[in-house]
Amino acid sequence: MFRLVAGRIGLGLLTLFAVSALLYLGTQMLPGDVASALLGQQATPETLAALREKLGLNEPAWLRFLHWLWGAVQGDLGNSLANGRPIAAELLPRLGNTLFLASYAALLAVPLAVGLGILAAIRADGIVDRVATTSTLIAISVPEFFVAYVLVIIFASELGWLPSLATVYHTMGFLERLYVTTLPAITLTLVVAAHMMRMTRASILAVMSSPYIEMATLKGLRRRRVVVRHALPNAAAPIIAVVALNLAYLVVGVVVIEVVFVYPGIGQLMVDAVSKRDLPTVQACGLMFATTFVTLNTLADVLSILVNPRLRHKR
Amino acid sequence: MTKPDAFGSTGFDRRTFLAGTALVGAVSLLGLRPARADTPKAGGSLKIGMSGGATADSLDPRTYTDWVPTNIGYQLMNGLVEIDANNKATPELLESWEAKPGAIDWIFNVRKGVTFSNGKTLDADDIIYSINLHRGDTTSAAKAVLEDIVDIKKLDANQILVSLKSGNADLPYLLSDYHLMVVPNGFADWAKPIGTAGYVLESFEPGVRAVTRKQGSYWKAGCGHVDGIETLVINDTAARTNALLSGQVDLINRLDARTVDLLAKKPGVQVVRSSAGQHACLVMNTTLAPYSNKHLRLALKYAIDRQKVIDTVLKGYGVIGNDHPIPRTSPYFNGDLPQHTYDPDKAKFHLKEAGVSDPKFQLAVAEAAFTGATDTGVIFQATAAKAGIALDVKREPSDGYWDNVWMKAPFCASYWGGRPTPDQMFSIAYKSDAKWNDTAWKSEAFDKLLIEARAELDEAKRKTMYGEMQRLVSDDGGALIPMFIDYLEAGTARVKGMGPHPMFDFMGQRIGEKVWIEA
Repeated sequence: MFRLVAGRIGLGLLTLFAVSALLYLGTQMLPGDVASALLGQQATPETLAALREKLGLNEPAWLRFLHWLWGAVQGDLGNSLANGRPIAAELLPRLGNTLFLASYAALLAVPLAVGLGILAAIRADGIVDRVATTSTLIAISVPEFFVAYVLVIIFASELGWLPSLATVYHTMGFLERLYVTTLPAITLTLVVAAHMMRMTRASILAVMSSPYIEMATLKGLRRRRVVVRHALPNAAAPIIAVVALNLAYLVVGVVVIEVVFVYPGIGQLMVDAVSKRDLPTVQACGLMFATTFVTLNTLADVLSILVNPRLRHKR
Repeated sequence: MTKPDAFGSTGFDRRTFLAGTALVGAVSLLGLRPARADTPKAGGSLKIGMSGGATADSLDPRTYTDWVPTNIGYQLMNGLVEIDANNKATPELLESWEAKPGAIDWIFNVRKGVTFSNGKTLDADDIIYSINLHRGDTTSAAKAVLEDIVDIKKLDANQILVSLKSGNADLPYLLSDYHLMVVPNGFADWAKPIGTAGYVLESFEPGVRAVTRKQGSYWKAGCGHVDGIETLVINDTAARTNALLSGQVDLINRLDARTVDLLAKKPGVQVVRSSAGQHACLVMNTTLAPYSNKHLRLALKYAIDRQKVIDTVLKGYGVIGNDHPIPRTSPYFNGDLPQHTYDPDKAKFHLKEAGVSDPKFQLAVAEAAFTGATDTGVIFQATAAKAGIALDVKREPSDGYWDNVWMKAPFCASYWGGRPTPDQMFSIAYKSDAKWNDTAWKSEAFDKLLIEARAELDEAKRKTMYGEMQRLVSDDGGALIPMFIDYLEAGTARVKGMGPHPMFDFMGQRIGEKVWIEA
């Protein structure tokens, strides 16, 4: 089993390497190089050449990629083109903000979605099931900015309970931070809960038709016990996978939410960087997103292996 | 991405404006409360929600390309000269000035009794240092503005002599540029600028927010009422409007013209509309066929329904343009020029004159050019079709628009912010060798007039000359200027003293020190 887990982690690292290479290649393919982006319209051939030399742009691309990667592994993401500050110093607080919001949303969304999913499976086609399925279907069908605006109109503009701006800053206390990020957290919860809830319900129901469940039912066990004790462990793998996928989404997919609520997260940083043609920052943000995605998915794989003995053996 | 909107300028003389200030009355105030002459109250804190900021922002005045850093900058630092609500150059840190005959040498008196927030007293060295930040070997966005300055000399502790390459009666206007903020001699810690304005910096997170706090008494009379200012960057229009409606901020800029009427109806909200020099352009490169043909350019100018564009895209919050960049608010506006209107028959006539049998054109647009540029293109397409013109509207991404499309595509959308003087506007974008001559239009007659007018001191003659330049640009130039776009901003009712400004929104970005709070 150790080998299996190590294999998954190795695969995760390999994926990350491949993604970082693609990321680098992608940003290199954009027109203009870093030097001309830096110097702008006033660039003369001499200053361009000097700057290229200084930035090491005369080296072959693969070597520059390795330099960049080696720096990134050590936590050095280079300097921003737009203002010359080290990217890591700018990115880390932003990443912290995004992780804070993601955790807040996850703490609301995961128990809610999985709980509702189990409940819906226990009482399949009952009233809870119908209400949960329909309402999550609605939440998932409308764009997330729409959900956000509807919540803002109700809770901020009309009722005045919660702020519509989620601007946080480093001197802000924990409770105040929780207060101002409540609306975006609820929005994110509505956006991701549907997916997790429906997957939980579906995977449990899929297991429910297997012979051993039938056996348990024939033994006279109550449906609630059958679902929780017998079906859930076997349905866990897909649920873990979908939860991990949505957790990753909470980190990498929140750009729109960050813009709507003016939340200083990493998504907003990337939007700024793109509009300023600040490629090193774009790369760094991309790398953070990729790392989050790969890490969470690897974690989901490993967890699935741990909870489900059948996955430990090749069929 | 913001177009570097701060380049060149060549100023204007204050006396010439006395005649024309009445025209600025075109600015108006919407909403519930007219600007009353209440007595300002001290105290309270002001929250500003602004579009125009990014993570890459810095408080170094050399780097300002958008309004958030500029606004914060003016909370901390003063300029040399201020443009007032009547479009007049009024003294700020330069208390008074006098031009020697010929307007080549200028004497400026530095205001006395002003101290920086670090306790240093302002003197001529600080002024010289601050101006020189933008001269010579620098990447300052205001470098072009000051290119005509040959030398700056210190005469005594409170007096300087500025020498120009050639006579320019408008130097004080030149020095009103918003990059020219004053710091102590030798100062370079741009993370925490030291200035002479009413507020000191408490914290600054680029692209997120800045907090400033009042310090002691402010030398500027009738300014600096509130105790503290918090400036929040809110680039999303809907988020900005919501923040105002839910009372999280007191002021917002750049309203959406499509929703401004609804917003003005809300109780407790005041909307300020400023008619200024900001205008939309559809620029044709006059060196490339078919746009090199004057008749073809005229055909296109007659093929657009300007009023329809203003009504649809700006919801009426704009003024019709006549294919030259001088606004009605300018005392030099030429009102005798026939207005180019929508006239498909005239368009057809000029097409024939141009010898174009198969009129097909491509107009590149993006929302980066101006909000509603795409819709403008589509309306143009429809109205031009009636003149037999096939206009293809090509939508470009906003990102990289100024680098990849503007001044590259032969026919594309653009915009210009207002300038205080016609000389400044024409020198930046219409003179044959202007750096940002985006139509590549070249006219010897125009260039000659421009240089002559700069040194002309007879007011009537000057007006005739600028009028003639407007005629040349309107008839022959490559810029199709359908409209001037009003600035729209809003505040909650507790903010007093808001008003329109003929140059930029937020009272020339100095709103922080001008308004007060009525609880």
